[in-house]
Amino acid sequence: MQEIMNRMKARAIALLADGTVSRVMGWEKGEGEYDWSPALFENAEEMEAFVYGDYAGANLSKYCLKLGKLEGKTLVILKPCDTLSFKQLIHEHRLEREKFYIIGAGCTGMKDEKGALLKCNACKSKEFAIYDEIIDSEESRKPTGVMDRMAGVADLEQMTAQERYDFWQGELSRCIRCNACRNVCPACTCIKCVFDNPASGVQSKAPVTSFEENMFHIIRAYHVAGRCTDCGECSRVCPQNIPLHLLNRKLIKDMNELYGEYQAGEGDEERTPLTSYTKEDAEPGIVHERGRA
Amino acid sequence: MRKFAADQLTKIISSISTPVYAPVEDGSMVVYDRYEDGMTLRLDKVGTDKTPKDILFPQWENLMHFRMEGKTIQLTEEERAKEDYVIFGVRACDIQAIKVLDRVFLADPIDTYYAARREHGTIVGLACGEPAKSCFCKNFGVDPAKPDADVVLWPAGDCWYCEAYTDKGRALMESWPTEAADEAAVETIKAEIAVKYDALPFAKLNLNGFDGDHLMEKFDSPKWKKLSMPCLGCGSCTFACPTCQCYDIRDYDTGNGIQRYRCWDSCMYSDFTLMAHGTNRPTQVERYRQRFMHKLVYFPSRNDGMYSCVGCGRCIEKCPMNLNIVKVIKALGEGDSND
Repeated sequence: MQEIMNRMKARAIALLADGTVSRVMGWEKGEGEYDWSPALFENAEEMEAFVYGDYAGANLSKYCLKLGKLEGKTLVILKPCDTLSFKQLIHEHRLEREKFYIIGAGCTGMKDEKGALLKCNACKSKEFAIYDEIIDSEESRKPTGVMDRMAGVADLEQMTAQERYDFWQGELSRCIRCNACRNVCPACTCIKCVFDNPASGVQSKAPVTSFEENMFHIIRAYHVAGRCTDCGECSRVCPQNIPLHLLNRKLIKDMNELYGEYQAGEGDEERTPLTSYTKEDAEPGIVHERGRA
Repeated sequence: MRKFAADQLTKIISSISTPVYAPVEDGSMVVYDRYEDGMTLRLDKVGTDKTPKDILFPQWENLMHFRMEGKTIQLTEEERAKEDYVIFGVRACDIQAIKVLDRVFLADPIDTYYAARREHGTIVGLACGEPAKSCFCKNFGVDPAKPDADVVLWPAGDCWYCEAYTDKGRALMESWPTEAADEAAVETIKAEIAVKYDALPFAKLNLNGFDGDHLMEKFDSPKWKKLSMPCLGCGSCTFACPTCQCYDIRDYDTGNGIQRYRCWDSCMYSDFTLMAHGTNRPTQVERYRQRFMHKLVYFPSRNDGMYSCVGCGRCIEKCPMNLNIVKVIKALGEGDSND
């Protein structure tokens, strides 16, 4: 990874120097070994602090919403899974392709202080959905996922409706409504979230009712259904350790089974299973029947 | 100084006749919750996921209820706390945090909801036998070896040393099966804690210039923009912080009246202190700056130099993008005093 980082750094400095890009979105080191933060670099001198490696877990795609409004091009470093989020944002016309220079970054699985990230244990692919150039290595092209991505969902499906209800009540009752999951989510791109809008009548700053337990996360999961790439950031950032990704994965699994395999952000087709109709589509009745416990 | 055998601990907690809140496991987390037999007590955990603030200043609480009776409005105030209780195993930093909350809620006009809970609580402090890597409490005048509590416990492996410092504490300890202990043993523990603390990475930070005299200099620093760039604007840091005390008061339409409640608010949010003219902090740069200026500059300048950061390290543990107050202190301060 050190070698990938060095090549990346040299390339970014060159692209800044020749004026191709105006800034670089990457990571910088923190106070310790593990606490890297996303960071923006505007010149070669600032690039001294640039790092890439095992602790570059954050998905930088969401930052691109703001960066895309700045003058000039932004160089953004995207890992394979991050490119899915980025491309999905292009499909949704949230980003303009020409505002970015994408370096696809080889990834051998990201970590934090506690070890491999949850999302990396179920790594989807080492393919880049979108890029201008790739900087990787033979090592980084090897698959790293060690877990069946849908194993957790399958476990939930085995439960009775009551057990499943109790499981989610237990998990979601810990929600403190900090909104980290929503704010980090590359599929949550409303300029003003309905839950931040005092005029909406449903603004909720704190878990004052059982709304969080019963509704908020489920509404959010449905809102991003078909667009969620399963980047795993929601569960990574949750300070209350709620396995939010399981909600998204359940919807992905159902969509795959009902409408055929689909990975949001992967292809060039803007129409998704939930935004297109064919006569062969599963009838709502089938979904309804299957949902009965 | 008194002591009791380690295996007496849960018996002592169970024997307390009032409700006891203590750090217990909740799934993969450790939170302060009402202790009941069978729960897993986690007195070993430094930097619990949630803080004792939750008990004194809960994330939400009802304040009053309005109900229309013909042409009159009937107003019922929520009852104030009237039951005694104990918070068991509170670290020195979290006790300092309660003192910060006291400054806010017990100053005129007194917040009677908070005051009632404060009055009925007895705090059993716990010395930090093993401070964590993210601890930096001594920078704010907190001694991890000597929490300022009604009763203090010191861990010593096979036994706990304990001492009551207030009438409340003496009343609580009265029925505990303790025996007289050697003061010197506790002094040794305290000295060991000091050595362990001094070896931590953030043991000594330079807080020069974090005061009212340098307010504008800090406020106008060009560094805020870069420091705040990765901030998601979530409320994790504020909700995990033992001193963050901002709240919002809202009315909920119950169908036949109005329930007025208050809930924690966060200066990280776009609608925080939203006014008719719009928001006074339009971007995350200003919101981010507010949080740290409040803790390190505004609060001490109005409270005899008392910082509203206590060095507990929770923002270090919780921020999804690894931003925290230590990075701010180092970036805006005058270098690291370890240098």
